[in-house]
Amino acid sequence: MIRFLILLLLGLLAWASPARAQEPDHRALVAALAEGGFSEKEAAIQAVAATGDPSLVAVLEAMGDGALYTRKSDGLVLIGEEDRRQITLIDPLTRETLETVGSREVERVRVNNRLRRALSAAIGAMTLLSPDPNVRSEAAQSVFRSADPEALETLDEALARESDDNVRARLEQARAAALLETDADLETKRAAIDVITARGDRDALSLLVALRASSEGELQEAAATGAAAIERRLKRWEIAQHITYGISLGSVLLLAAIGLAITFGVMGVINMAHGEMVMLGAYTTFVVQEAIRSYYPPLFDSSLFIAIPLAFLVTGIIGIAIERGIIRWLYGRPLETLLATWGLSLVLQQAVRSLFGPTNREVGNPSWMSGAIEIGALTITANRLWILVFSLAVFAALMLILKRTSFGLEMRAVTQNRQMAGAMGIRTGRIDAMTFGLGSGVAGLAGVALSQIDNVSPNLGQGYIIDSFMVVVFGGVGNLWGTLTGAMTLGIVNKFLEPYAGAVLAKILVLVFIILFIQKRPRGLFAQRGRAVEA
Amino acid sequence: MRHRSWGRHLSAALLGTSLLVGAGGAMAQETIKVGILHSLSGTMAISETTLKDVMLMLVEEQNKKGGLLGKQLEAVVVDPASDWPLFAERARELIEVSGVSAVFGCWTSVSRKSVLPVFEELNNILFYPVQYEGEESSRNVFYTGAAPNQQAIPAVDYLMEEEGVERWVLEGTDYVYPRTTNKILEAYLIQKGVDPSDIDINYTPFGHSDWQTRVAAIKDFGSQGKKTAVVSTINGDANVPFYRELGNQGIEAQDIPVVAFSVGEEELAGIDTSPLVGHLAAWNYFMSVDTDENAEFIDAWHAYIGDDARVSNDPMEAHYIGFNMWVEAVEKAGTTDPDAVIDAMVGVAVPNLTGGLSAMMPNHHITKPVLIGEIQDDGQFDVVWETSGLVVGDEWSDYLEGSKDLIADWREPMACGNYNTATGSCGGTVGQ
Repeated sequence: MIRFLILLLLGLLAWASPARAQEPDHRALVAALAEGGFSEKEAAIQAVAATGDPSLVAVLEAMGDGALYTRKSDGLVLIGEEDRRQITLIDPLTRETLETVGSREVERVRVNNRLRRALSAAIGAMTLLSPDPNVRSEAAQSVFRSADPEALETLDEALARESDDNVRARLEQARAAALLETDADLETKRAAIDVITARGDRDALSLLVALRASSEGELQEAAATGAAAIERRLKRWEIAQHITYGISLGSVLLLAAIGLAITFGVMGVINMAHGEMVMLGAYTTFVVQEAIRSYYPPLFDSSLFIAIPLAFLVTGIIGIAIERGIIRWLYGRPLETLLATWGLSLVLQQAVRSLFGPTNREVGNPSWMSGAIEIGALTITANRLWILVFSLAVFAALMLILKRTSFGLEMRAVTQNRQMAGAMGIRTGRIDAMTFGLGSGVAGLAGVALSQIDNVSPNLGQGYIIDSFMVVVFGGVGNLWGTLTGAMTLGIVNKFLEPYAGAVLAKILVLVFIILFIQKRPRGLFAQRGRAVEA
Repeated sequence: MRHRSWGRHLSAALLGTSLLVGAGGAMAQETIKVGILHSLSGTMAISETTLKDVMLMLVEEQNKKGGLLGKQLEAVVVDPASDWPLFAERARELIEVSGVSAVFGCWTSVSRKSVLPVFEELNNILFYPVQYEGEESSRNVFYTGAAPNQQAIPAVDYLMEEEGVERWVLEGTDYVYPRTTNKILEAYLIQKGVDPSDIDINYTPFGHSDWQTRVAAIKDFGSQGKKTAVVSTINGDANVPFYRELGNQGIEAQDIPVVAFSVGEEELAGIDTSPLVGHLAAWNYFMSVDTDENAEFIDAWHAYIGDDARVSNDPMEAHYIGFNMWVEAVEKAGTTDPDAVIDAMVGVAVPNLTGGLSAMMPNHHITKPVLIGEIQDDGQFDVVWETSGLVVGDEWSDYLEGSKDLIADWREPMACGNYNTATGSCGGTVGQ
């Protein structure tokens, strides 16, 4: 029976095609896309979609991308490829490359969000039968959102042909969404609601809630049941979502704080210029990307790998210079150290402001750091995932240096007992400089990562300095494990509080919590002896 | 010995942070001094430095045209360093020590509030170029940026009519401008028949950089079957991570559009805008506006700053309008005496950069067109809608309980910044 229907459908299509071929004045259809206001353009898009002719998809796509132009000389609507204010014009129907003109000789066909929605619905309906499964899947997704009953015919045809299970499921969902817009009988609609409920994401929820509001009787009940089921599912995922957000925030805190855990935690220097080391790391990334952009663009995706060692070196050397130039003279005088490093942070900020300008600098995300991964109802953005990996890697590397190298051994020796270490032949001054350099270098590494999620501006460091001190003090001065635990705890606590208390109050609550905690345990989670304790 | 070297370091540090004040205090007598009060260091330097440059350019251009009243203009630049009390000190210094005839400056509302008593006490003139929350009108201040009815309300109207938005997220940074604007918007939306449960108001701290939870919450709020939009009064640095998170979590403008009141060309210069195409901003000027005045202004700006990549934005246009108005008022009054200039200002009309003529109204606000622009992939805005005529800035919002009966009119005989039309008296329920 179904086979027969499909055959009939295909037959109908075959019959319809030549009829279409006669009437189409495709040129007029395309010309209409550029005429009138947004409402007229929307009608023109629907007219193009009604032809169902896949050869016109490219025109609609160009329109959505803002690559459709009207040539001022003859009013022809053409596809244009822009390259540095020069536009290469292509005939939308014959695909011929016509000429390259300056941007002043053509006018771009304007689109707004309403038109973009109409375009993606139209393109979706027209590409349901595309040979590429990814395109089909995307098309099904657009049709699901537009829930256009007109697409039902094509959907049935696409379903009959579909061999890929994932795409088939998408198509079924799109079909269900479109069915709900028709006046099909209750049973069909119920089945459709079941299909949509099984999809279980926010788009599905949105559709069912809208249906619940617009329908009545049994249909409304079915929609309400479906919506409630999806809401329950999303609620279950919510906790996982909070934890991932918390871990992600924790990893950012860890990165920001881990350099400070060395300079402040291990050495006991109250280093207010720590944030500026982070900022310098971010600016190093900017400089690296800028150089790549102007000399060898294909390398862009690996720009971060070049920036990581460079940022470490730059900030490490600056750190050593700061230690030798300023901090060396101030050991054992925490208040003066605090003031001197704070002044230094202002100097560094203003220096960067004069050198790079006060405005934000653009640091791009490499392609592998864009987008998100979906696990169930969980969205994990790629950049945050990589930052988590990176922060753990930095942590592990630092642990290795501290515990497995002779430099780490000397560092710990100097921290625990300077006189004794000196007596054993360790050049304590040199170790001080290297340790401070290491802490600053790690801050620079943090800057590379933070440039991916935050502004690269002279103020970048200021936003992290308080949080960093909070993490180190909470975790226990002088203990890297404490820093890790502290960062993760604060991150997760913050993210659980935020939805209920709001971001402002959540921050305050976390601070109050830390103050109370420090009252109880003045040396933080993991207390350890160090120079700070002795002094 | 140790103490001395420490002192040296500290003084070096302090020297680096304190900034140069003024340009040549002891020049020839016959100049008219113009004060420029914009932060060149600290958090606000990102936005305000550009305005200082624009003012210097305008002063230079005016001098090339022969100056004013036969005298050369001289710009006096001070740096209030994003420190609100310091704004008041620097303003006093400009007026009392440097003897300026007018001051162009401030960005944040709190800095304006901080200098307001100084300008009223010393009777000088301030031109304030940034969009703000309204609810203020001072005899000594001319507001050349947008009042809420010149930016926020038309933007909401556009979303309602053109995009069919029914659910609203009002997302802002936690300070006076977003809070007041959102209060006005909430009252306006409810008056338009929006259900209070369809409005979600949320505030985040300054410089908020972890937007995961909020963006997820916006996604949740938007999945209730009604078209949802975000009205953003998020300030400054928090915007870049916000838009990045939106892009990464896959919220596109066609699903949930964001209309922003604090995001202009300058703010977008720091991000790759391709995931943001279609999100909106409401301003009274966009760099992409195609008029001869604008092309001329941009060319002059590029030539002055020596960098073709620099953008222009709305507050820059506000200074352009304000400066030209002041020049015209001084010429009309024949003197730079603040009282005479303040009286001459009302009614002065100068060309704006969008092809119209902006006029100074009796409430010390100006008339402007309202434009809605969509972000493009090159960091520019494409105007998708504009008001048919110019809109008069409304200082006291008609949608707030305390202020709907108030008007300001600085012409004689009323000469009042908060005249209550209900009680018929000056100095009504709210006021300075």
